[in-house]
Amino acid sequence: MAETALTRAAGGPSVLRPTRVSLIRAVTLLALLGAWELLARSGWLYEGVVPPLEKVVAACVQLLLTPAMYRHLGVTAWEVAAGFALGFAAGVACGVPMGAGRFFGDAVGPYVDAFATAPKIIFLPIAMLLFGTGIGSKLALGAASAFFPVAINTAAGVRQIDPVLARVGRSFRLSAWQMATRIYFPALRRSLVTSMRLAFGLAVVGVLLAEIKLSSAGLGFLANEYYTRFRVPDLYAVLILVFALAVGANSLMGRLARRF
Amino acid sequence: MDRRRAAALAGLAGVTVAAALLEAVIRAGWISPLIIAPPSSLPGAFAKLWREGFVLRPFALTIAQAFAATALAALAGIPWGYWLWRRPALGAAYEPWIGAAFAAPTILLFPLFLVIFGRGYATTIFVGFLAAVIPVVLKTREAFLGVPRVLLEVGRSLHLSAPALARRIAFPAAVPGIFTGLRLGLIYALVNIIGMEFLIDFGGLGRIVSEMYFRYEIPAMYAAILLIVAVSWTFLAALARLETWLRPR
Repeated sequence: MAETALTRAAGGPSVLRPTRVSLIRAVTLLALLGAWELLARSGWLYEGVVPPLEKVVAACVQLLLTPAMYRHLGVTAWEVAAGFALGFAAGVACGVPMGAGRFFGDAVGPYVDAFATAPKIIFLPIAMLLFGTGIGSKLALGAASAFFPVAINTAAGVRQIDPVLARVGRSFRLSAWQMATRIYFPALRRSLVTSMRLAFGLAVVGVLLAEIKLSSAGLGFLANEYYTRFRVPDLYAVLILVFALAVGANSLMGRLARRF
Repeated sequence: MDRRRAAALAGLAGVTVAAALLEAVIRAGWISPLIIAPPSSLPGAFAKLWREGFVLRPFALTIAQAFAATALAALAGIPWGYWLWRRPALGAAYEPWIGAAFAAPTILLFPLFLVIFGRGYATTIFVGFLAAVIPVVLKTREAFLGVPRVLLEVGRSLHLSAPALARRIAFPAAVPGIFTGLRLGLIYALVNIIGMEFLIDFGGLGRIVSEMYFRYEIPAMYAAILLIVAVSWTFLAALARLETWLRPR
């Protein structure tokens, strides 16, 4: 009989063989791919909306062989990297005083929370008015997306620093620089790494959405081009690439985070 | 409590001073009012949005979509989360995937949804659904996993059948956790739907920002953006309060 959470004897260890888990995953993947092919060939949806897998794979290969794609990738990578760096620096600069000064944190916190909740993409028009419709506005949106999780997490991290640590530092007569590098930074490392990971993912989303909305270069621009020309397999290829890059970058950041 | 009130007042004072400075800088001609709307123009711009029907109806449209998306997410996500708990093998197999999907930027796939569903409510609600269903599934499974063993033991000792055990004991004990999932789902749905509306110039609040930008009505655009910030934050705060109020003490 299949083991279930309700029938299992309480306290008994649940033994799940890894092969069973892998089997479920393999069957699921095959079923999904099969469902896709069925949908593609069934004619239930408009012609070409869900292209057969072989067309999507061919478009992916074609995309990877297109030199122009790498130019767009370069633009996007620059916007994400610069936006992330700016947003991260600004977030730390804002988060530290928010966490250190209780009063300042209570005064500013609600406004930061309010803007943090709203979808960042709606700030794109402001970025375009300020920096034009080119790379500047995409970078700004990446920075705005990265800023909030960093500010909020850094402030929370600072608030959680054990006051004993600071007292120990002071009793050793550490200088301000030594206090920052020996006491505060190590105590903050965890929240900094966590916020870095969150911020990077959000910067990717912010930049790409901004590119899709209005731009003349970048992977988001390429996706929009293919969309407006109804080159559906190529659209799938770009989005698969974007998605793979975003997920890959995220798991890389996660691996880095575990090291610290 | 007094300190908090003082801090809130100080925050408000800070915002007022910042607005006054911005106003002065714009009046002095250092920043064009076509780039940043002077704060003094915002009340008039908001009144104009209100008169022209750009506030209530779009607000209702956006909220209705967010609730529809969350309702669909509940319909799909709660049974799904329950099933992942009932069958530990499925839970072990799918949980990491769902966790990865939570971190994955699914909204970037929206051009595909446009191709498949067309530029309409099906796309915006689907994007909201995708954003909402993942926290609902994860929190539901977590809630069932957190049901105290003792409660299940009592049920077993009374010889309840498996469905009765689930309905009478596991589900009621899991309700607070499921509600957390629904709350998160609703907020994610709302935020993603507003973003989608802006991106595809369709629907409620998000569309207003895009429309005002393309009409070059700068104060109205700023007023619409601030309205969205206010709506999303009010929603977040109200739901958090509702949850603490509903939670058994």
